Amino acid sequence: MAEQRKAVALISGGLDSMLAAKVIMEQGIHVEGINFFTGFCVEGHTHAIREKDRAKPKRNNALWVAEQLGIKLHIIDVIEEYKDVLLNPKHGYGANLNPCLDCKVFMVRKALAWGFMEENGFDFIITGEVIGQRPMSQRKDTMPVIARESGADDRLLRPLCAKNLPPTLPEKEGWINREGLYDFNGRTRKPQIQLAESFGFSDWAQPAGGCCFLTDPQYSAKLTDLWKAHGHRDYELDDIVLLKIGRHIRPAPNFKLIVGREEGENNYLEGYRKTFISLHPVSHRGPLCLIDGTPNAEDIHLAARIVARYSQGKTATQVCVAVQQPGSVAEEMSVVPLPAAELSENWHVSA
Amino acid sequence: MSRLETLDTRGLLCPLPVIRTQDKIKTLAPGMLLDVFATDPGTLHDIPAWCRVHGHELVETETEGRDIRIRVRVCK
Repeated sequence: MAEQRKAVALISGGLDSMLAAKVIMEQGIHVEGINFFTGFCVEGHTHAIREKDRAKPKRNNALWVAEQLGIKLHIIDVIEEYKDVLLNPKHGYGANLNPCLDCKVFMVRKALAWGFMEENGFDFIITGEVIGQRPMSQRKDTMPVIARESGADDRLLRPLCAKNLPPTLPEKEGWINREGLYDFNGRTRKPQIQLAESFGFSDWAQPAGGCCFLTDPQYSAKLTDLWKAHGHRDYELDDIVLLKIGRHIRPAPNFKLIVGREEGENNYLEGYRKTFISLHPVSHRGPLCLIDGTPNAEDIHLAARIVARYSQGKTATQVCVAVQQPGSVAEEMSVVPLPAAELSENWHVSA
Repeated sequence: MSRLETLDTRGLLCPLPVIRTQDKIKTLAPGMLLDVFATDPGTLHDIPAWCRVHGHELVETETEGRDIRIRVRVCK
């Protein structure tokens, strides 16, 4: 009896990786999924924070795909290791701070290391890449770069466009029939949708801006601002999570305000009051605000006026704002809400 | 009676509670129980989904205010 071959599939939660895994399963291969959490994944975080998103289904798309396929999914925390990918991308960035090509090399390399550990015993890696689908990482000339630099070489199979690429090990060894693979090419989604229908899939995730915050210009602008303000290009998980929350207002280089936009964000920001100076209006309803940086007394007064401006007392003559240093008792100050005209557009951290 | 272990993921957002659950369960023997404490409502969906794809048993979930407890029985 032939040995049962095993493939580890990179599962993003989108349609292409779902199809790639299904195509290989149809050939009798045992497939298990792997999914990497970089800290920048759109999955999770924000829908857990914002009230307006709480009504939406909270499914994790990668897990959902695994359930549809009936395969195991291993989710791996790569937050620390990913820093080097983002901070020192050998192949540079895309339109924003997205190091897509380095990211793909990293993920295939990680999948290889995980899958080829003795206790896991996988034979090859599969991805849902399609030549021409993405301008940076999914091009004819980048496909061999990913295979080579990840160390996967011919153990990396892209079932959706394999017929446009040289045969890989599983094809050469006869584990996989090349005729059962595909030759998808370009940005069109029609072939994927047709294939999904042929498998009976009627639902799949369609993330509008991809699955990574680093492709988002607003998010990238906030991260660039953070690095500039901190004086070095580095980050911790809390830094990058906070960039997804609230209005970010920087009136001066030495301090930035993070102002909650709704109750869910205010609740989440509460958890950071032990590490940041925090402000909230007490005479009126209004947002919780954290200050990142080293503000002086005058800066804190300005911050209180900005917080008042976002409170229900924005047209009042005075608003009482509580200011709390970490580990101290809150002090209250009465301020005049900052008029809209004095809140410079340039203070809003955005692209 | 099955041995009960606990895991505190309060304050973490998904998928980190799922990852911590996954890593913890790798260290537990079949039959053991794990209580996962969380605050992210996403765990109410994601941890049961993770249990289903890996064949572990979701014993019960309990929610009180923002606090969530999810009990999982480790299967083979």
